[in-house]
Order: sequence, then structure tokens, then C-alpha cells
Amino acid sequence: MRYLPLTPEDRVEMLGAIGVKSIDDLFVDVPASAQRSGTVDLPLHAGEIEVEREMAGLARRNRAAGEGPFFCGAGAYRHHVPATVDHIIQRSEFLTSYTPYQPEIAQGTLQVLFEFQSQVAALTGMEVANASLYDGSTGAAEAVMMAQRVTRRNKAVMSGGVHPHYVETIETLAHAAGVATEALAPAVDAEDAVIAAIDADTACVVVQTPNVFGTVTDVTRIAEAAQAAGALLIVVTTEAVSYGLLKSPGEMGADIAVAEGQSIGNGLNFGGPYVGLFACKEKFVRQMPGRLCGETVDADGKRGFVLTLSTREQHIRRDKATSNICTNSGLCALAFSIHMSLLGETGLRQLAALNHQKAVALRDALKAVPGVEILTPRFFNEFAIKLPKDAAEVVETLAGHGVIAGVPFSRLDADAGLNDVLLVAATETTLDIDIPFFAKILTKAVAQ
Amino acid sequence: MSMNNVGRPTRPETANDAATSHETLTGGRGLLQDEALIFELNGWDKTGVDLPEAAAPSGDLAGLLRAEPIGLPGLSEPEAVRHYVRLSQKNHAIDLALYPLGSCTMKHNPRLNEKMARLPGFSDIHPLQPQSTVQGALQLMDRLAHWLKTLTGMPAVALTPKAGAHGEMCGMLAIRAAHEANGQGHRKTVLAPTSAHGTNPATAAFVGYTVVEIAQTEDGRVDMADLESKLGDHVAAIMVTNPNTCGLFERDVVEIARLTHAAGAYFYCDGANFNAIVGRVRPGDLGVDAMHINLHKTFSTPHGGGGPGAGPVVLSEALAPFAPTPWLVHGHDGFTLVEHAGEEGAKTAFGRMSAFHGQMGMYVRAYAYMLSHGADGLRQVAEDAVLNANYIKARLKDVMSPAFPDGPCMHEALFDDNWLEGTGVTTLDFAKAMIDEGFHPMTMYFPLVVHGAMLIEPTETESKQELDRFIEALRLLAGAAKAGETERFKGAPFHAPLRRLDETLAARKPRLRWKPVAAAPLAAE
Repeated sequence: MRYLPLTPEDRVEMLGAIGVKSIDDLFVDVPASAQRSGTVDLPLHAGEIEVEREMAGLARRNRAAGEGPFFCGAGAYRHHVPATVDHIIQRSEFLTSYTPYQPEIAQGTLQVLFEFQSQVAALTGMEVANASLYDGSTGAAEAVMMAQRVTRRNKAVMSGGVHPHYVETIETLAHAAGVATEALAPAVDAEDAVIAAIDADTACVVVQTPNVFGTVTDVTRIAEAAQAAGALLIVVTTEAVSYGLLKSPGEMGADIAVAEGQSIGNGLNFGGPYVGLFACKEKFVRQMPGRLCGETVDADGKRGFVLTLSTREQHIRRDKATSNICTNSGLCALAFSIHMSLLGETGLRQLAALNHQKAVALRDALKAVPGVEILTPRFFNEFAIKLPKDAAEVVETLAGHGVIAGVPFSRLDADAGLNDVLLVAATETTLDIDIPFFAKILTKAVAQ
Repeated sequence: MSMNNVGRPTRPETANDAATSHETLTGGRGLLQDEALIFELNGWDKTGVDLPEAAAPSGDLAGLLRAEPIGLPGLSEPEAVRHYVRLSQKNHAIDLALYPLGSCTMKHNPRLNEKMARLPGFSDIHPLQPQSTVQGALQLMDRLAHWLKTLTGMPAVALTPKAGAHGEMCGMLAIRAAHEANGQGHRKTVLAPTSAHGTNPATAAFVGYTVVEIAQTEDGRVDMADLESKLGDHVAAIMVTNPNTCGLFERDVVEIARLTHAAGAYFYCDGANFNAIVGRVRPGDLGVDAMHINLHKTFSTPHGGGGPGAGPVVLSEALAPFAPTPWLVHGHDGFTLVEHAGEEGAKTAFGRMSAFHGQMGMYVRAYAYMLSHGADGLRQVAEDAVLNANYIKARLKDVMSPAFPDGPCMHEALFDDNWLEGTGVTTLDFAKAMIDEGFHPMTMYFPLVVHGAMLIEPTETESKQELDRFIEALRLLAGAAKAGETERFKGAPFHAPLRRLDETLAARKPRLRWKPVAAAPLAAE
């Protein structure tokens, strides 16, 4: 077996050094009833050639986004990732290192995390950011529970613009932690409606911009209303590229900003691994979940970085920890940080403007399709359209013509009565010729 | 050197102590570059990507646009490559040398798995594109599930959790849902050994349970009398790591399961140490109800400097109905995902762990790893992992003190600090001196039940030569400690990119990001 370096002779010699006769003597503590003499009922080992054949067969049965016109968003976006990013993250020293517990021999990872935190803080307009969480949805749930710790209140209000899968994730984890939730019905353009639901028990208000229907909202008024009532405002963003164009959560008064960072540096990967961005006001830093990297000095007075404020964390605080998180999304955070460094402010602004421009062109093309109504009034790179028939069926029909048309809202929430709503996104990877082709096929599909 | 040596072979000139000991002028040291932060490279207007010009944003967004600069630096591509390559050289890595972090299973990461995960059919597919267009991905998830179920002898698996701790939460939420469905919602206590990973009590508390610790016996196992006295109608579950964090197999595990079930509670097994038994022992045969599997440990998906991981949870018949969505269903039209709790097919699901379907990138790597090893190779993995750990224990027991000298250990060898008594050297000092010898330290001061713990997990991917090199280094260091060479330890490391760092200063004056206004350099107090 190519990954196992011990030879049969090594094994015999080592058993001798240990002073036992056979490997079975090292498993004597396993109860006899659970000892298995042979192998489990699975195939035997295989060489690289066989494994590649098997995996290629499975991969071939999937339609990759890059094969043709593609308009899916709804929390995961197809962007171009520069080749440099994937090369650097495969360097042994980044790929095959552990969480940086020994800072003297992990300054590479630690400096990257410090730079990542600085980039995320700048993008979100917040004072501090952590070293990443699993993804945007779990980050949103962590934010709700952080609000419970900060306010000592037990209710979260979520707008009708929050991604339904985020709502479900928040409900699952928050309910377990004893936080009640009130999720407003899905609404294209009604983030402000949360204001009426704030009361004296409200720990936090969760809003999303651009929201799941793509609508962009200035949430300043919501922040003021929440804070006046002693609650925190959590602003969720699922498309991190939008930070290049739109007002940041910090500018609008957010207490906590959470985002899915996949768009920058990370591929679609069928939903994971992704990277959760998490930033907040500095006064809440000791209630934050996850790892934090901080600056310090070494014994010679040289600048260095370490994991810090660990007294919040499970390995120190155990049942009093702010989160149970241990392994997070280090390598995806590295990918994010490299891509962001390559973009710089100039590139990010340009990328964001380009995304918006493509989406506007798509909107104009789809607006002309008979029977199609544009629902989203203000958007970044994604918007919702209303079709004269079931959106999931239309998507299947278009897939048959080589167009991946977007995400039917029913895929996110089957009970909202929005089965005729389709979410469509465009990015810099959308070719100009894809747009009229999509409109043409859609015209035929809705006319049938 | 005189002129006529130019172009000819050279040899070192006579050693000059003054010349070899001085600090460099730039802070660089040979291959190690002193690298500034990206924010200090003056790249405020630079970019390393070429994009077409874009039109000004449409009027729809009036009042919603950023007015102020973001404050993000940019780098051209060559600068970016240099920056990150320079940083990378300051990291230890499993590709460089043994990385014996106990409980972390730092084993070789096959590059075939990286290649497979990058096939566009896996890496470039969207979680919400039509299911008819991702049948290969769903089939891969189904096959991975089959391998995990077969290897553990369990009937069901929830794939979505994104790391071990997330898996623990998933398992405990399933337990909670099962109790509530069975009218047992009053059970609010979780029993866990003192030696448990910190994530266990953190997870239990998070799910609303109170944690009560179970005592440990002299020989490092669960104290059965103490367990029995603490079980009762108020107990929801026990959380036991097996093999446990002392690197020992819980001999009474079948009895632990029987007592737990007799008391109406569930048995959560922390599967962080599954590598020690994979292919040889099935947790399902031990009476486990739920166990997470760290794909980034046992199945070798890379740790990436702190993730991403993946923590699928295998579940017993009793807990399977409560698994979170999405559920993968194999029907006559192929595979489908049931994505909403309460929907037909997932009526009793407790909810959802995250937005999409879990860590597909990790599933691909883990599945390629499983196919490569096969049933026979995986069994050999467990055997070699255990053999390597016992070899280390056997060859160090005369110079260091094993915490549990009697009987074999499993995949990790645990030492205490008795052998350092009187030397003035602590576990931390010893670990830092290992850095100078080219090795990553072992896990220190964990588990908490062993004084000055040093937990060494070599894994199965170390050759005998590398193990001997490691053992020899530790023997030399142990000798130096006992010979009173304290200066070798107290100031260590001397040869790492940095000396020991001031963690207290970092916590007392948190500086968590670069700030545009030049801040005064931090100084030790």
C-alpha cells in the first residue's frame, strides 16, 4: 500500500522491541465480541489508475457550471479564481499544517490570519473580525447566540429577506441554545418590517443585504431601531463581492456582520467547504465565537502573531465556552485572503461593478421575455423573477437545453407559495452571449 | 577570497565566531525572509487581476453605494506569490517532518485526493443546480455513506456537519430530539469523563445540557462504579471518546453501553480517535448510538492550518429518524435530496446544520482515500498507527515516564512529567526544545487528568527510519534535561523563525487587525 511506509520486516522488528508476539497483542483491550478477524465487507486497495477511473466516472455525471450558460446564486456564486490562489493553497506548508498552536513554527499561517482578519474588518466596515467560521449560515447562527450572551435576552427576529436555509440553520442551533426565533414570511423588499417585531425581549434582529431575492437595502434605520430597544443588529451577506460596491454593514450601524466568503477565492464545490466571515464591534470581542489571531512580540522583541483571547474557547473554558468550534475554515480563509490581495481595492471595486453590469444586462434581457416579471427593485448581481409557470419545471426544461437557469425559490422554501419565483444571478464569468441565449430559451419554455 | 578563485570550487573559510553569531542587518536569515504585512507593502492602488472596464453602477443603487475607501491593499501577481511563499516557509508541516500532535492525527495527505477534488465535475458544481445534473455527486455521497456505515457497523449517517465539533452538535441534537419524541425531554444531564476533549462539554452545554464529570480509574479508563452511581432518569447521554484521550481502549465499553441504555440514555462516542481501530473494530458492535468521524483525521483530508474539516455522524436505528436535512434518497429516478425538515421522507428530522449539503470537497478526498486503501489497507492503517505508537512508548519508557506503563496503548503514547522532576525543565520547555531539533511538539497538558501531559500520536504514515530519528532526538533531549542543560530548554526555541512569543501581552492588549494609523510597536512589559 503506497501510503504505508512500514515493511513486514519493520513490523516484526518493532513488535520485538515492544516485547509482544503479534499485532493482536496490542489490541487486547478490545472486547472479544468486537474483535474482527478479517476485513470488513468493502473492496480491497486500489492503485492511482483505478481510483482516477472511478472518480472520473462520478465527476462526468455532473454538469459543471463552466460547461455553458449558468445563472445560479442563492448563497453560492461562480466567480473566477486566479490560478495563483489554488497554487499557493496547495503548498505543503499551508495545506498540511495544523491549527497554529505552536506560534514559533506557524508564523506563516498566523500572519495570513492576521491579514485575513484585517481584510474582513475593512470590507465589512467593522472594528474586529475573527479567523473564520465554517460558512455564512453557521456564522449567522453563531451571531444570534453571541447576541444572546451580550444582551442576556432570548429572542431573535429574522427578516423575510434572510436566506431560508440560513433561517433553518439559525432555528436549529438557536432553539437548542434556548433562543426563541421569529422569522417573518419571505418578502422581496421588506427588511424594514423587522422593526415592528422588536420588543423588550429581542436580543437581535437579523437582516440580509443583498437579501435572498437580491434586494439591496440600507439598514441604517433598522440599526437605530434595534439599538434603541437594546437589541443588536446582525447584517448577513451571502455575496461577499458586493462589499466592493455597496455600503458596508459597519457604515450602516451593524453590531455584527456575517458573510459567506465563498465568492472570493473559493469554488462552488457543491456547497462546501466554504468560509464564514464574522466581524463585530470591538466592545463585543470577548463574546465572539471562533479563533482570533493577535499581534505580539517574541523574546527578542520581534513582531509576531499568536492565537489569542483563547479563554473564550472550548479547550480552555469547556462548558462555559462562547462556541464549541475547533477546526474552522483555515485554508478557505487563506484562499479568500490571497484572492483579496490580488484584487486589492481597485480590483474588487472593478469586479463588483462588472458583476452589477452583467446582472443589469440580464435583467434587461429577461424583462423582455413575455410573461416574465422582474420582482427585485434594487439589486447587486442577483434578482428574482416571476414566471407564468412553476419555476422548478422551467429550470428542468432549460437544463435540457444546456442552460442552468437559476434557483427556484421552492428549492429554498417549498411552503412559501412562491413556486413561480426564480432567482437568477450573473457574475463576471457570465459571457455576453449567454444572456440572449438564456432569454431565447426561456421565451420558448414559458410559451409552451 | 582572492580574485583567482572566481568560478572555481570554494570552501568555507576559517570559522569566525564574531561573524557567525551576529544579527543580520535586515532581519532576514538565509532562506527565511522577514516579510511585512500586505498592508505595509504600499500597494494601495495596485491590482493583480486584469478585468474589463465596467460601467458606472445603475441609478437603482443611488444612496446605497460605498462613499469612502475600503482600505484594502493590492499586490501584483509576482508580489503576491512572493509574499505567500515567504510566509509559507515559516510553517511546520506534515510534509516536512513528523507532526506528533496527539488527538489530531496528522498523517500524510495524498495528492491524488487533491487532484480528484479539483475535477470540474466536483469543484465546479452548484449546491442548488437541478438534481438531475448532479447525479454523480449524489452517488459519491451515497458511496461515502456506505463506506462509513460499513466501517462503523452503523445503519445511518448524517454527512453534513462541517467539522468534529459540528458533528458532536449534530449527534447531541439527534439525541435531544429522540428524547423529546419519546417523552423523555426532562433528561438534561450529560456524563463525560474528566479526560474529554473540550468540545464535548462545550457541545453539551450548548445544546442545553448540564455536564457532570465521570471519574477515571488509576489505569486511565472510565470508573464504572462512578458511572453507575451517576446514571439515572435525569441522564440524557454519555459522551465517551474511544479510544480515549489517554490513548487507551475503554475495556468496559460494552458494559458502559449496556448500563447507559438500561438507564434510558444514549451513548455518544467522540470518534476523533477512530484511526486506531478503523477496519478492525466497528463502533456499532460496541453499542454506540452516535459517533462523529473527523474526515480530516482518519480519512486524511488536509488540515489546512485549521480547517476545513468534515464531521459526518453515524447514527443507530434509534437516532436515525432524527438526522438533519438534507437526506439522500435513492429512488427509481436516481438520487434525490430531501431538503426540508417535515417534508415527506424527513418528517422527524431535527433541523438543518448548515445552508447546503456539507463539505463535498472533503467527501471527494476522503472517498478517494478509502478507495486507495480498501478494506485491507484501512485495517493496516489502524494496525500500523497502533504499532508506531507502542514502538515510541517502548523505546522512550526508560528515559521518560509513560502515564500508563502497563499494557499496550492504542494510536498515541501518553507521558507525564514525573521524569522531569527536579530538572527545572517543564513540559512546555521540553516541547519548545523539540522545535529546535526539527520536530513539531506533541500535544501538551492534555488530557487534563495527567500532570504535565505529553501526548504523542505518530500515525501510520511514518517510516521506521523517521520514528527512530524522532525517538533519538527525544532521548538526546531527555538526557540533556536530566544533565541540567536547562538553558537549552528555558529559552527554546532558538532556531525557529521566531523565539517564544508573548501570549499574555497579546491577550492583555488585543491587537487583532492592522490599523492605518501607525501604532507604536508593542513592547514586552
